[in-house]
Amino acid sequence: MVLSLVCISVVAAAALAGVYLLTQDAIEAQKAQKQEQAILAVLPEQGVGAEVAEAETVGDVVIYRATKDGQEIGAAVEVSEMGFGGAQKIMVGFDKEGKIIDYAILDQQETPGLGDHIKEWFKNEDKPGQNIRGRKAGNLKVSKEAGGDVDAITAATISSKAFLRAINKAYNAYMGNADAHSGASKQEHAEPAEGGNDHKCGKCKHHEEGHKCGHCKHHENNETEKEVSHE
Amino acid sequence: MSNNLKTLTNGILRENPTFALVLGMCPTLATTTSAVNGMSMGLATLFVLVCSNVVISLLKNLIPDKVRIPAFIVVIATFVTVVQFLLKAYAPAVDEQLGLFIPLIVVNCIVLGRAEAFAAKNSVGLSALDGIGMGLGFTLALTLIGMIRELLGTGAIFGLQIYSDHYASLIFVLAPGAFIALAYLMAIMNKIVKK
Repeated sequence: MVLSLVCISVVAAAALAGVYLLTQDAIEAQKAQKQEQAILAVLPEQGVGAEVAEAETVGDVVIYRATKDGQEIGAAVEVSEMGFGGAQKIMVGFDKEGKIIDYAILDQQETPGLGDHIKEWFKNEDKPGQNIRGRKAGNLKVSKEAGGDVDAITAATISSKAFLRAINKAYNAYMGNADAHSGASKQEHAEPAEGGNDHKCGKCKHHEEGHKCGHCKHHENNETEKEVSHE
Repeated sequence: MSNNLKTLTNGILRENPTFALVLGMCPTLATTTSAVNGMSMGLATLFVLVCSNVVISLLKNLIPDKVRIPAFIVVIATFVTVVQFLLKAYAPAVDEQLGLFIPLIVVNCIVLGRAEAFAAKNSVGLSALDGIGMGLGFTLALTLIGMIRELLGTGAIFGLQIYSDHYASLIFVLAPGAFIALAYLMAIMNKIVKK
């Protein structure tokens, strides 16, 4: 009785080991290919001719810097954030000034037909209110919130807010880390945005050129209650 | 010969696993959000059913009665894991859509049910036919439910847009739509089969 069960288990294990060995390479290749495609898709000019550096991890954000002819052209940043139905895993591409090139959803569990519109919604060329491509991240908010100017998905505000939080987090990690690299900024900038008041005004220093710091003041004022409520 | 044919068609209509036996409701309700998803789930189950039926039928005299259930489960789990590896390697899109429901084929009552009720008592050939029949029945049922849910929920069939999704009712893609579609289909099937 025991013997026959042992025999069956051993044969089954051996068979599985065989299949595992046979398929392992293909599985790894698929994963790597998917990752690479996601990275290239969000880089400037679809990443043509770009060289993608090794992954850098900043907190829970992964940054893939891209260079072309030795010049940094931007980065693809992998970030995840709790949405309505689960974690949203997003790959977002920035140019070297931090403007959003494009994004791709790697994984999401938002409600089908509502929240899962995040896949396309924020890159709709015909609706400038929705389109985040070409915008500068860091302070993106849905238009329902004070100071926000991104149109949220109809009937999926929580998914939309989570999406924008993720993009902002990716931006902060990317820009903060860029500074840390050039030695111009303190290490704390490399920390990804944590919870509510993620916008210490010190953070603004490094994008002062594009951003008047006045921008940040009103952010800080009304950020507290809004952000804390859903963290 | 007629016996073989009967075994094969048994699972498709008279003893359809979904509409007549009402087994394996978990994947039936959860994975049929679109026709393609339902069909992939059905085909994965079909593969596992045929393989496990054949192997269990071969082993039926070697397995002592007292440990037959664990032995069957080991065989089934092996084939399910094989399916999962193959999907991950060669059809990652399908694997992503079905996700957790592929490993859950192990606990699908149809697979164990056919092993216990049919393969453990019948010859290898008949067991294979039974597996194919039941698997096809399951695949057809899931594809049908998926088609209806996709058509009413998104206005498309197999991804082909039939009418604008502005007029579609989202509820059919969500969980309640699964119950509604299944209930109506089951009522219709009962009417047809009983005649």
